[in-house]
Parts: sequence; structure tokens; C-alpha cells
Amino acid sequence: MAEPRREVWITGIGIVSCLGEGPDVHWTKLNEGKPAADTTTFAPCVVHPIVAIDFDKQIPKKGDQRQMEAWQRIGTYAAGLALDNAGVKGDKALLARMDMITAAGGGERDLAVDSAIMSGLPKAADPDTFLNERLMSDLRPTLFLAQLSNLLAGNISIVHGVTGSSRTFMGEEGAGCDAVRIALARIEAGQSDITLVGGAHNGERKDLMMLYESGGYLLKGEFRPVWERAQHPGFALGSMGAFLVLESRDHAQARGARPLARLSAVLSDRSSRKPGAATAALEGLWGKLAGKTAIDDEAAAIISGATGAEPATAEERAFLGRHPALPVRATGTYIGHGMEPQFSMNIALAALAVNHGRLFAPADRSGLEKPMDAPLRQVVVTGVGHWRGEGLALVEAVN
Amino acid sequence: MATRDRNGRPVVAVTGMGMVTSLDVGKAANWKKLTAGESGIRTITRFPTTGLRTTMAGTIDFIPLEQPSSPARSQRFAELAVEEAIAESGIGGKGHFPGPLFLAVCPVEVEWPQREALAKASGANDTVRYDDLIRAAGCGGFRSFHERFLFGSVGEGLAEQFGTQGSPISLSTACASGASAIQLGVEAIRRGETDAALCVGTDSSVSPESLIRFSLLSALSTSNEPAGEAVKPFAKNRDGFVMAEGAGALVLEDYDAAKARGAKILGVIEGVGELADSFHRTRSSPDGKPVIACMRNAISDAGLTPDDIDYINAHGTGTPENDKMEAMSSAAVFGERMKTLPISSNKSMIGHTLSAAGAVEAVVTLLTLEHQRIPPTINYKIPDPAIVLDVVPNVARDAKVTHALSNSFGFGGQNVSLLMAREPA
Repeated sequence: MAEPRREVWITGIGIVSCLGEGPDVHWTKLNEGKPAADTTTFAPCVVHPIVAIDFDKQIPKKGDQRQMEAWQRIGTYAAGLALDNAGVKGDKALLARMDMITAAGGGERDLAVDSAIMSGLPKAADPDTFLNERLMSDLRPTLFLAQLSNLLAGNISIVHGVTGSSRTFMGEEGAGCDAVRIALARIEAGQSDITLVGGAHNGERKDLMMLYESGGYLLKGEFRPVWERAQHPGFALGSMGAFLVLESRDHAQARGARPLARLSAVLSDRSSRKPGAATAALEGLWGKLAGKTAIDDEAAAIISGATGAEPATAEERAFLGRHPALPVRATGTYIGHGMEPQFSMNIALAALAVNHGRLFAPADRSGLEKPMDAPLRQVVVTGVGHWRGEGLALVEAVN
Repeated sequence: MATRDRNGRPVVAVTGMGMVTSLDVGKAANWKKLTAGESGIRTITRFPTTGLRTTMAGTIDFIPLEQPSSPARSQRFAELAVEEAIAESGIGGKGHFPGPLFLAVCPVEVEWPQREALAKASGANDTVRYDDLIRAAGCGGFRSFHERFLFGSVGEGLAEQFGTQGSPISLSTACASGASAIQLGVEAIRRGETDAALCVGTDSSVSPESLIRFSLLSALSTSNEPAGEAVKPFAKNRDGFVMAEGAGALVLEDYDAAKARGAKILGVIEGVGELADSFHRTRSSPDGKPVIACMRNAISDAGLTPDDIDYINAHGTGTPENDKMEAMSSAAVFGERMKTLPISSNKSMIGHTLSAAGAVEAVVTLLTLEHQRIPPTINYKIPDPAIVLDVVPNVARDAKVTHALSNSFGFGGQNVSLLMAREPA
């Protein structure tokens, strides 16, 4: 017999993106309804660059900052914001037993070194020896640590002292969803009391653009909101960090912490992505979600992680079409596509919305995003990976 | 009446195991060579090693691959280990495994051959920039790169082939990854979410750049000749770890569910402990505190005391720091007993299989329990007076082993210990 599941609260969020850092500026910008992106720096690729960050505020030692590449700095910073927001920053005893799951990519390259090697290889008398010699002399020894996926978590342990446990999930969007799913399941089942979960992404990376462009997934040329890209599909990479502090209700109440929202469910699946498969997978998850908690059409909305890449976005749109009563907002229009942290970011934005008791403004001329004036109590978060991975979460207001 | 462990939770049984190492394919062949004290470390022939400080590794080049790359090898090694594990377990059906996949895998990245192919296709003269590669990538001839070099690529391939349920979880906790994969499976079964889980660790990192990266951190042995004597865990002349490839796979099941379908129980995962270290990015805290607490967590998670443990499958990488710290921490946990408690390092023979190590070594630990025979720590010729341990030097030994602990300590401060036993009486 399974024990009764424990209620789980979101007691802290740490978010940073092109919109700024922290909940307030995100809320303000989302309500302005004026999405924008950088179409020139990486032209023809469109990106949502990270806002200027004073990393010293969360990563006081310059030596620590130097040991990280951008994605790790962004993530370690966002993790610090989440701990601050939850009121646990610096509480050594608590942090020593706090669990952590990060969703991470990694592999950030030294573009200058790569470029020099690629330029030299065709001219080298012995290309293999040339490669060995250049790598031996040109690679920074610490670059490896900045490339390793698990070293975002490692840096968070070192900088913030979160050491109860540390696990890193890899695998693009799906990893972001599963990180939150496992964190929630562990707390519900009493395997953890408090967990830091989230991830970070640096979208301003030409090495990543090379990878995604090989699959034909990048948005190029003009910027358009996510739902308006059907004729010109693709995602605009976004730099972002997003961490959540999840906590059992009992644990939060015992330390006098206030909930931003309740995390009621996180579900994920893997579909083949044959035509209709992702829609069917989402519908299957919806059935499980609605079977667990009633979704109130009058007080619920959907925050979508749609990327703008096809056919994933059309598959999600078909799913959304089956739930027409619920207003939809795609945050990718504002913050771009951040892969691993996208799901935790959208859960954070959902928590913010139910905490404010209303949904932010639409930013879409395709007719999908409709205004919502009614009080907001429930948000379903969607995550549909550009290639694989489907997920749903339910974020609810705490009475 | 449901079977419960000492802490009142479902019992997690192992019903199938498979492994691939530089020694061989399959657990029977590996067990034979491990107990004979053979080494799988060899001089690298996969690529020229001119100018490199380390020229040997536990490479696996005896398994053919059509389009070799690190993720392709990782996937192939894992496939072989999983096929063996599922066949032994007899669970599910062809292309259908009735539970989730937890996969420890080395981080996936685009490699030099792909960059070179894009550079060539770009037609850039003289100076090749990433802008040129992006342009070439956009021409449509390289779609296969995208799928192959996503982080989720290997997990997706395995999930598709073996028909695991739900979203496959790929994970990295560096050198503890394989143990973390097992831990995630244990937790899912204890939560009652599933009756079965497929837990896999696989790694195939040996490429010029990865070798150089570890070399630049001064982590690797440079005892290149003879290659088979390079890894010297706990010996005074140990000088670093040796990169190696391999895969280990375990079918975990709820004990009652496994018994109900008549499965043979190969052993049980009694306890899992973990604790992260905030000391340094590549070094463990010199006081050993996180590692001590990690081992204690595993023992208490199993509802046991240190006196119940009668064998340790060491992390035992052969680096000067790890082995000293592991010896000291073990002494802190086991006290005076540590002078006679057998502790041996599989890595002395198969090298450090990195992301796979925790899973490969869990399989070996379960084989140790099954055969009541402890594989040796080979290349132990010069004892280190600072390390007073029974490392089962050079020759395998029969022993009564009831509860065995397997340690995995990772770069980035991630530590996991697994406690295993034979089927409960």
C-alpha cells in the first residue's frame, strides 16, 4: 500500500532571462505584451540574449566565476535567487540536507580554439598530430569543468552549499520536465523534504546553433511570436536560468515559509513523433492530470512551452484545440527557447500568475491566445520538446 | 503479506544483469577474467596518440560499429548489456520492458569529425569560423548530426529499442552516474510507481579531446608501458586513473512482483546513500566528511550497521588523492575492522568506466555475492604505508560475503554508495 501523497509547495523561484531577473520584472514585462528579440547579433539566427547580470551578487568569489562558463554562471545565479526567494539562503544546516536536481546541457566550446584548429587542419602535414598538439597546448584545463553537465550542480554545491544530494538530468526539454517530476515525486513520497530543481541555458552559443541548424530547427530572419511562425517555423534560442524550491507543506510550515503556489502534478511521456503522436501523448497526460485534480474551466489557463519549431508546435496546437475553454500563453514568444530550463521557468511563471491571481496579456495575432479577465487559480504548464519529450504540470493557488 | 525491508519499504530485487568492459562482452566472460586478475587496459589504436602524455585506455574496439562516435558506441555497449540483462530476467516481451529507463551516460557533444565535415562542406578558405559551420549545417545534408548529438540521443535510442515506459531519464553525476541510475530505479520502486526499472550505465569517452581534457587536469596515469599495469589502486606508486569504456545494466524489480512471476532473484539493493561535496570541482573534501556520510547513509538506509558489511567494492580509481581519502574515510566508518575488511578495486583491471562505473561495478559486486569470491586489486606491488587495507592484492579470494558496499565518488562532488546483498532467506 502506498502512503498518502504529501502536498508540495513552491516556496521559492529564481528566474533570469532576457526580460530581466526576479519575479517582479518578469511579471511586468509579460503584462506589457511587447515581445522582442535580437535579430542582428547572430543574424540570420534570432536569439533572446540574457539581461546584463551583476554575478557578484550571487557568486561572490571571482575565482568561482572564472571556473564557470556562461550557462553555469547563469544557473548558479538563478539558483541563488531561488534560495533567497525561499528564505533559505545561507541556512547551512538546511542547505546541507537540501536535495538538488538540475537539468543541464553543457559542452560549451572555446570558439577561437576550435576555429584555429579547423582552419589549420586542412593545411597540416599530419592532421591527427596537429589536432593532438593544438588541443594539448590551447585548451584551458578548466574549460572541461565548464563543459561537464553535472558541474552546474557542482558549482551550486560549492557556491551556495546545497549538498543533501545532487543529480543532473540531461536530454534537452525532456530532462527539464523529468527533473521537476522526480523532485515532486520524491517529496510527495517522503524521500525528500525540500529540493532545489531547475536548470540554465546559454542560447548565445554558435556551437549550439550549429547543432540545431543541422536539424533545421532555428528561427531565422524576422522575429515573430511563437504561434505566428507556421509559414516560417523555428525556435529562437533563449538564455535563461530558472530554479524552483519545492518543499513539503509540513516542512514549509514548520519553518514559517509562505507558498507561492502548489505544485500538484508533473507528468511526462515519450512519443515516437509520428504524425499525431505528440498530440495523443499530451492528451493521454491530460487525462491522467484531470483524473487526479479537476481542472476548472473558469479559473484555469495554460502556459505553453511551445517552441515555434515544427511539427512539434502544430502537434501542441492540435492538443490545445481540444481544450478551447482554457486561455493559452506561450512564454517562448518573450523569452525564447531555453531547452532544459524551459519547463521549470514556465512553472515559475505559472506560480507567479496564480500568486497574482490573474493571467498576463496575450501576444499573438494568430487568434490562439485569448484575453482572460477571470481570477486565475490553476495553470497547466506544457512542454513539448522540439524533437522528443512531452510533459504537463499543474500549478495551483494555495488557499 | 507484502515483503518489506528493515525500513518498511518494498524490497528491490535484481533479476537480470549484463555487462560489457574492455575485458569482454557478457558477465560470465567478464567474471572469469576479473577473478583471473586480467587487465583490459591496452595501448590506444583508435587514433594516433602522438604528443599525448597518456597513450593507453580501456578501449573497446572489438565491437563493430558502422558510424563510430562516442554516443554511437555508448548506445551499442548499452544495447549489449541490456540485451543480456533482459534475457536473464525474462521480463516483458520483445521490444517491451514494463518500466522506465534510467540511463547514466557520458555527456554527448559534437565531435571533431563532424566539425571537420561541416568545415569542408562550408567551402570556407583559409579561416573557418562557426558562422561557416552554421551556414553549412543549414544546407540540409547533416540532419543526422542533430539526432545523434543531442544529449537525449542515447536514451531515446535505447527506449525505442527496448520499449521502456514513459520518458527515459539520462543523467550524469560524473563518476557516480551509474550508481545514481540504480538509485533512481530503487526510489521509483520504493515509491510504488513501478514494479520494474531498467538501470543502465554506459560510457565510451575515449577520444583525443576527452583524453587530453583529463590529462590537462593531471588526473590520468602516465604509466603507459606495459598498459596492463597502469592502474595501481591503493599502491604507493599509483599515479592516476585510466579512462575506460563499458556498460552495465540491471533489471530492478519489486521483490514480490519478481517472485510472483517466478523470476530468479540475483540479489537485492538494500540501501543507497548519497551526499554532495562542496569542497572543490575536482577534489573531494580532504577530511572525507562527505564520503564518510555517504557510506553511512547507505548503511543506515539499509537498516544495517557497519559491522554487518563484509566487503567493499571500492571507488579505487588509482589517483593519489582518491585512494588516500577513500581509505581514510573507510577507516572512519568501519574503525579497527577496516584493517581486515576486504576492499578491492575492479578499476585495477577494467579501468575507470566513468559514467558506467557505478553500474558495471554494481554488477561485479552482485557477482561477488553470488560466487562468494572477491575479485582482486591487481598491480598491487608496492604497498603504501599510509594506506592500511586488505585490498585483496593481485589474486582473487573465496570469502563469505553477505552485505557488500559499492562506492562511487564523482568529479563535481557527487557521491553515491550502494549496499547489496543476496536474496533474503
